[in-house]
Amino acid sequence: MKTEERPKELKSDSLFVNLGPQHPSTHGVLRVGLTIEGELITKAVPDIGYLHRGTEKLAEVRGYHHCVVLTDRWDYVSAMPNNLVFCLAAEKLMGLKIPPRANYLRVLMCELNRIASHLLFFGTYGIDIGAFTPFLYAFREREMVLDLFEMCCGARLTYNYIRLGGVMADVSEEWTAKTKEFLGYFKPRLDEYDTLLSFNPIFLARTKEVGKISPQEAVNWALSGPNLRGSGILYDVRKSDPYSSYEEFDFQVPLGKEGSCWDRYFCRILEMRESLRICEQALKALPPGETMATGVAKIPKPAPGEAYAHVEGSRGDLGIYLVSDGQASPYRIHVRAPSFMNLAILEKILVGNKVSDVIAILGSIDIVLGEVDR
Amino acid sequence: MTEATPTPPAPKPSPAPAAAKPAPAPKIAMPTPVLNHSAGKLLTTTRYWPTELWANPWASPNYRRGALMLAAIIGGVLLTGAAVGELSRWGDKIYALIGAFVASQGWPQNTAEGAWILLKALIVLHVILINGLWAIWWERKISAHIQSRVGPTYSGGFHGWAQTIFDGIKLLLKEDITPDAADKWVHALAPGIVVAPVVVAFAPVSFGTQLSAANIDIGVLYVFAFAGISVIGIVMAGWASGNKYSLLGGLRAAAQIVSYELPRAFSVVPVLMLAGSLNLEAIALAQAGYWHGLVPRWFLFYPVVGQIAFLIFLIASVAETNRTPFDIPEAESELVSGFHTEYSGMKWSIFFLAEYGYVLLASFLLATFFLGGGAPPLAQLGFIPSWIWMLAKALLMMFIFLWTRWTFPRLRADQLMDFNWKFLLPWSFANIALAGAYLLL
Repeated sequence: MKTEERPKELKSDSLFVNLGPQHPSTHGVLRVGLTIEGELITKAVPDIGYLHRGTEKLAEVRGYHHCVVLTDRWDYVSAMPNNLVFCLAAEKLMGLKIPPRANYLRVLMCELNRIASHLLFFGTYGIDIGAFTPFLYAFREREMVLDLFEMCCGARLTYNYIRLGGVMADVSEEWTAKTKEFLGYFKPRLDEYDTLLSFNPIFLARTKEVGKISPQEAVNWALSGPNLRGSGILYDVRKSDPYSSYEEFDFQVPLGKEGSCWDRYFCRILEMRESLRICEQALKALPPGETMATGVAKIPKPAPGEAYAHVEGSRGDLGIYLVSDGQASPYRIHVRAPSFMNLAILEKILVGNKVSDVIAILGSIDIVLGEVDR
Repeated sequence: MTEATPTPPAPKPSPAPAAAKPAPAPKIAMPTPVLNHSAGKLLTTTRYWPTELWANPWASPNYRRGALMLAAIIGGVLLTGAAVGELSRWGDKIYALIGAFVASQGWPQNTAEGAWILLKALIVLHVILINGLWAIWWERKISAHIQSRVGPTYSGGFHGWAQTIFDGIKLLLKEDITPDAADKWVHALAPGIVVAPVVVAFAPVSFGTQLSAANIDIGVLYVFAFAGISVIGIVMAGWASGNKYSLLGGLRAAAQIVSYELPRAFSVVPVLMLAGSLNLEAIALAQAGYWHGLVPRWFLFYPVVGQIAFLIFLIASVAETNRTPFDIPEAESELVSGFHTEYSGMKWSIFFLAEYGYVLLASFLLATFFLGGGAPPLAQLGFIPSWIWMLAKALLMMFIFLWTRWTFPRLRADQLMDFNWKFLLPWSFANIALAGAYLLL
């Protein structure tokens, strides 16, 4: 019922509430200005920019090798695809040929990172809906992935592992053994998650039929990743524009049916299963050989020109547009950040929902403010 | 360099004899980083993943020891409770003693009555206070085990038993903050209004057979009447905080608690019909005896009627105590803790004291209404005092409260209302009709 249609005695004042930037559920430093009537949202205005660090500008005064470090800070819960997308664009300009082992390692790391990222989503989404236990389960498993990353590159959050021309270092036998152990351990845990949260009646009541995005809307608002696929649109960069030997792997792209919060959530859960499959295949068929292309200059100066590369990051289509003027630093880079694109639709789908649903919808969009603000 | 070499310093005075120093405590083994030689100069992790143990935790001696210790703690608490309970059998003697003392001094006889009531009130108050300490510790331990953690470990040594006591001291020392925008008097008064009814509501609760502070004939009515007052305190807290989130929390609390009062009260009506009394002790006594000498005649075991009433009462009690999945008024991920966002230190912890008090109250009521009060589950176990049975049943019920909290997500406010008005309430009415049919048969 719209406000104007209400009988006069029932008409109430609206209340303006700041959701964030310090609110525990705004996933970083998002601020949403909510106008509410009772618990009903009548207007929602996302306000971003609290984390802006200007990495796109910073890249213009840094060498290509140093830019990789900047990319780690965009989507800090899933930094490997960020590394990869910058390297892909720069390698396009430099015409480097990546050895197959390096390509496989890149795929392996990106998929492990997708698992780690989706685990963080799973845990925090549980908290958003009010279940605390899944959070700690998810972190228990995420720690293992981070341990694996620490083991192969020494870092747990900002890896700088994928470098121009290949990867920083080869992995050891011990590492592959540990990774296999993790993959075997993680599969039954996913079933546990489904029992604990995915099919919990309260969870279903909170997320099904909530925050629906129609396929048309999803396309119009340029959503990507699980948010787009949750609405039933089959678009995955790994399938539509394969990179880093993804075409050699056998995996499915999970799709949702109605684009509700639960569809987006469950897409991610299924994606973790697919990532496990990719990791298993990559480990099984890890080709021997070099992990770095030959002829990568210490101070690379690609030929003048421009390149666009995009990968399927954990949050969607992560693209980078790179312009080179032949100098040692990029002339200009621009990032197509999936979180930023996905966030835009929030304004539309929040209106008409309850305050509790704001958290459920915002959580299901799964943004990382480091990527939104850059 | 060689010329500049300074003269070696004078030898230090010989250190104190080594025997005077106590032997250093053995260091806890920490994982040592190792070089990953095959991959260059990188550090590998040596963190131990006990994945093979997680499948069968009982294989770990530490786990076995921990589980046995936990069992020992629970047993110890039950025994302590029983011992205290046995002491109260001397109640009549103590009362007579006070009466004799008052008479010998020539004071009016209502002095003895007053002292006796005060004594009982203090005992009940301590039940609530000590329950708070115990329940918080227990909840932490349970949540830790559910979530693959260990919970408090250090304070006090043994499973961190002193953790809540230290927390209490910490909370007492914390700064008491009242926001500028708050209505100061109402803000300060609210925690008191939340906690006082719990203490009062405990008066007719029986802690065993024939064991309650006040034997009130309308005990059930009395308990529900007083337990309903707390919602005023919560609304006051939400409204007076001068915070929009708190206001929403307070309003949600008003809607929720007032609504859930209804199915909660109506679910007990079949019990009252079967027992034919509003007296809590009479209700417990009405469940004495066994069918075929085996199945206890507890109301829980009355076919259909008992189970429906039990479930509705349990669910509504969880909602009344503001615990997950019905913790809508606080909802830390939505309303940033709702009505108690603006409370700190002891004022904040008083809300939790009240919450745990209500959990205990609901547990005792569940044990009294549905689990036969202090009656043993088997006639052969009758030699164990009714205290132990009552406490064990209440603790079992309390465990259910804690368990659900760490398992379920939170409902939405309107879903909560739907569940109440469209499911619990009709079923509690239907159950009354069923109980009527039961009585006629």
